[in-house]
Amino acid sequence: MTTPQRSDGLKPARLDPATLKQNFRDAYPPLDAHEATVAADRCYFCHDAPCITACPTEIDIPLFIRQIATGTPEAAARTILSQNILGGMCARVCPTETLCEQACVREAAEGKPVEIGQLQRFATDTLMAAGTHPFTRAASTGKRVAVVGAGPAGLACAHRLAMHGHDVVIFEARPKAGGLNEYGIAAYKAADDFAQRELEWLLQIGGIEIRHGEKLGAQISLATLQAEYDAVFLGMGLGGVNALGIPGEDKDHAEDAVDFIAELRQAEDLAALPIGRRVVVIGGGMTAIDAGVQAKLLGAEEVTIVYRRGQDAMSASGHEQEHAQHKGVRLICNAAPVGIEGNGSLTGVTFAYTETRDGKLVVTDDTFTLPAGQVFKAIGQTLSGAPDGLTLERGKIAVSDSGATSVAGVWAGGDCATGGDDLTVTAVAEGRDAAEDIHRTLMA
Amino acid sequence: MADLTTDFLGIKSPNPFWLASAPPTDKEYNVRRAFEAGWGGVVWKTLGAEGPPVVNVNGPRYGAIWGADRRLLGLNNIELITDRPLETNLEEIARVKADYPDRAMIVSIMVPCDEESWKAILSRVAETGADGIELNFGCPHGMSERGMGAAVGQVPEYVEMVTRWCKMYYDKPVIVKLTPNIADIRVPARAAKNGGADAVSLINTINSITSVNLDAMSPEPMIDGRGTHGGYCGPAVKPIALNMVAEIARDPATAGLPISGIGGVTTWRDAAEFMALGAGNVQVCTAAMTYGFKIVQEMISGLSQWMDEKGYKSTSDFVGRAVPNVTDWQYLNLNHITKARINPDLCIKCGRCYAACEDTSHQAISMSPDRVFEVQDDECVACNLCVNVCPVEDCITMETLAPGQTDERTGKVVEEAYANWTTHPNNPMAKAAE
Ligand SMILES: Cc1cc2nc3c(=O)[nH]c(=O)nc-3n(C[C@H](O)[C@H](O)[C@H](O)COP(=O)(O)OP(=O)(O)OC[C@H]3O[C@@H](n4cnc5c(N)ncnc54)[C@H](O)[C@@H]3O)c2cc1C
Ligand SMILES: Cc1cc2nc3c(=O)[nH]c(=O)nc-3n(C[C@H](O)[C@H](O)[C@H](O)COP(=O)(O)O)c2cc1C
Ligand code: SF4
Ligand code: SF4
Ligand code: SF4
Repeated sequence: MTTPQRSDGLKPARLDPATLKQNFRDAYPPLDAHEATVAADRCYFCHDAPCITACPTEIDIPLFIRQIATGTPEAAARTILSQNILGGMCARVCPTETLCEQACVREAAEGKPVEIGQLQRFATDTLMAAGTHPFTRAASTGKRVAVVGAGPAGLACAHRLAMHGHDVVIFEARPKAGGLNEYGIAAYKAADDFAQRELEWLLQIGGIEIRHGEKLGAQISLATLQAEYDAVFLGMGLGGVNALGIPGEDKDHAEDAVDFIAELRQAEDLAALPIGRRVVVIGGGMTAIDAGVQAKLLGAEEVTIVYRRGQDAMSASGHEQEHAQHKGVRLICNAAPVGIEGNGSLTGVTFAYTETRDGKLVVTDDTFTLPAGQVFKAIGQTLSGAPDGLTLERGKIAVSDSGATSVAGVWAGGDCATGGDDLTVTAVAEGRDAAEDIHRTLMA
Repeated sequence: MADLTTDFLGIKSPNPFWLASAPPTDKEYNVRRAFEAGWGGVVWKTLGAEGPPVVNVNGPRYGAIWGADRRLLGLNNIELITDRPLETNLEEIARVKADYPDRAMIVSIMVPCDEESWKAILSRVAETGADGIELNFGCPHGMSERGMGAAVGQVPEYVEMVTRWCKMYYDKPVIVKLTPNIADIRVPARAAKNGGADAVSLINTINSITSVNLDAMSPEPMIDGRGTHGGYCGPAVKPIALNMVAEIARDPATAGLPISGIGGVTTWRDAAEFMALGAGNVQVCTAAMTYGFKIVQEMISGLSQWMDEKGYKSTSDFVGRAVPNVTDWQYLNLNHITKARINPDLCIKCGRCYAACEDTSHQAISMSPDRVFEVQDDECVACNLCVNVCPVEDCITMETLAPGQTDERTGKVVEEAYANWTTHPNNPMAKAAE
């Protein structure tokens, strides 16, 4: 039985199961072999290709595309995975329109880049479907490395270390590994349990043990890890969230967007997940977009994303903004929340329009209230529980280009560390590079 | 609109686009539909001698190579001449010709290399009312193993002899279709002319193996685990065909001999090129086999638009116009000096020109850290490779240095006078310049 879309309150099953299934399937279906050949043929095999430079993991894009074009997608996958072990996930979640595809010369030429992301997916899917793992471990070095966090940074680091012959133990606070691949990425980007499938495939390298329910700062401490292991890598992401700091924030159904998404990602049955009739999302990043779109796909009648600055300042890419609008999500810019309304239960959010004066964002007296039964806060994640003794910079663990922290023997990468954007692909690059530095250090 | 009517050997057709002797012209059903679609004429699929017809393989007959999006670039076949009874073909030819008097109907023939066989079939063909015949001296597979087709076309004496028989026993025009599987195409063309041929048509298909099945270790198309060479045709063979047509057109021994151009004609432009090199009309096979008969509409509209733009009233206005400009290497002007020029506004910074020139040419393109590509005149030999590999049309062009300018590569001032290899000081056989 479905709840009509217009009934108030938080209700499950606003849409019938078939529609839900349709809404949450793969948003960008994979290319078939012929489509891949055609797409691959568009690549010019550029000299010192700009797309490679634009990829945080520096995948040799022209080479892998040529390998697809010549009928060897497995070899293409190897080219990809040797630089980016989570090439399968990155193919699905990378904002390619601001990375490789933006730099593609065919974007400059005709506004239609080579479909690098989709081709990467074609290659990695082909290899993973074969169930093979193309890498083997070097002879054991006898060295042991502790990795904190089984997100993209931790997994990339662990895989590269294992390949070099080190033994790795990953300490992971949550019951499942994958980090935001498992708990954060929009469901329609990682459909069909891809995060877990990729994880299992990655672990085929061997030499990586994951211990769940072991949280740094609770069950374990940095000091013990330093004592028991030859090196430590911290890849714990951003566990905290920013608060709005406005009246009414503590009301029921004023939630953190990341929690909503995590719950949605873990839901066995999407029809059992309650969602409001009118939903307001506060923020302008990828998290805001994903929360808004998924609320809409769950059956919310009205979803509005409100961002305090202008649309061009949103950190979500133009492509993602369009995707949200295409799904029927409304975008309001230049408005900041000033109060969450409701006597007891939440009834709406009041916003004030903002202006930029002398480069500063100023809240005006001009206000409006959006009726809402549910609010998602998506105004940024923060580092929480960083071990004492590490130098921080702008709220993140300060690291060198190769991921070394201020403490000898401790490396960090991914969202919790400085350097690069908060993206899956950046986390992979940083985890990999830290592993190389750890390897060099341990073998010196 | 330009008048596309062509008169080839006195045979009139509403346009210069004929279907070559091949599957598209194999039977009445096809040819009627081709005429309805607008084709100017057909060369009927090659007839063999009276008696049990040849048989074709019962496995795949074609192999192919493709470009992007499976665009067919080259086709290879191991089909033989018609596998239908002679009587059936003759009846159909007569019927269709009677119904389409304004279209050209040519009958292709291949019979054993003896006078009696040719004499016998020629009288039968004459009865159909067809406008002429084409002698198939080209089929490179199967028939040649039986002493026909290319086996005749490769021996100039046979070409001349058979042509002479045909002129003796048949009143209407005789076209000799040449095989390209020969070192010098001018030799059989001269032989045909000496035998009295009214025209030559070329090219027939080129000996080829299109691909090898790497699992079965057999050439494709594969029949029960084995393959044989086939005849290659389609867009890929056009450059070879154009050269052969030009060679015959500019050979003093055959100058003026009418030519029907064949080989890879796919668009109106291809047709115009063949005709500019001396072909009075063109024949098409693969393009029709790939896209169907309808393509002739594009050929007709394209050719007439181009003729209007150029002010050509009839096809004869431009047939052969490019022939005087086909010359030997030794007569090319060595004082004509060009340099590659990259248009930075069009450049999309792919770096292909750089890779090509740096790795395989003359290290004449520089690349800056922000990917600005520039030609270094002191190194550029004007080979044109960068132009050919650049993905953007007209992004790199060749600029001619005016007389008086200095070629930075050689340090020499460009001379106005034409000078070629025959008088060049480095040529041991140079004639002293007067
Ligand atoms: C909603 C959302 C959508 C996103 N969408 C995209 C997208 O489409 N494309 C894209 O490129 N990026 C996206 N991102 C960003 C991307 O997910 C992150 O940049 C990336 O996951 C960072 O990887 P990481 O390994 O540094 O951290 P995480 O993925 O956050 O992994 C950290 C891991 O460490 C564990 N952990 C945390 N603290 C401890 C501790 N104290 N002890 C032990 N374990 C701990 C966590 O449980 C987790 O498993 C999105 C982020 C969010 C929040
Ligand atoms: C399947 C096939 C069968 C052919 N059969 C004949 C034939 O019987 N007689 C003949 O003179 N040429 C034959 N040809 C050659 C064509 O007439 C033509 O010369 C050749 O294909 C080149 O033209 P194209 O590039 O337009 O195809 C055949 C070609 C093909 C593809
Ligand atoms: S920039 Fe585009 S065309 Fe050039 S190599 Fe990369 S994907 Fe290919
Ligand atoms: S014309 Fe040849 S030599 Fe000159 S720049 Fe181009 S590739 Fe180099
Ligand atoms: S090949 Fe053409 S488009 Fe590419 S860099 Fe050279 S000039 Fe520019």
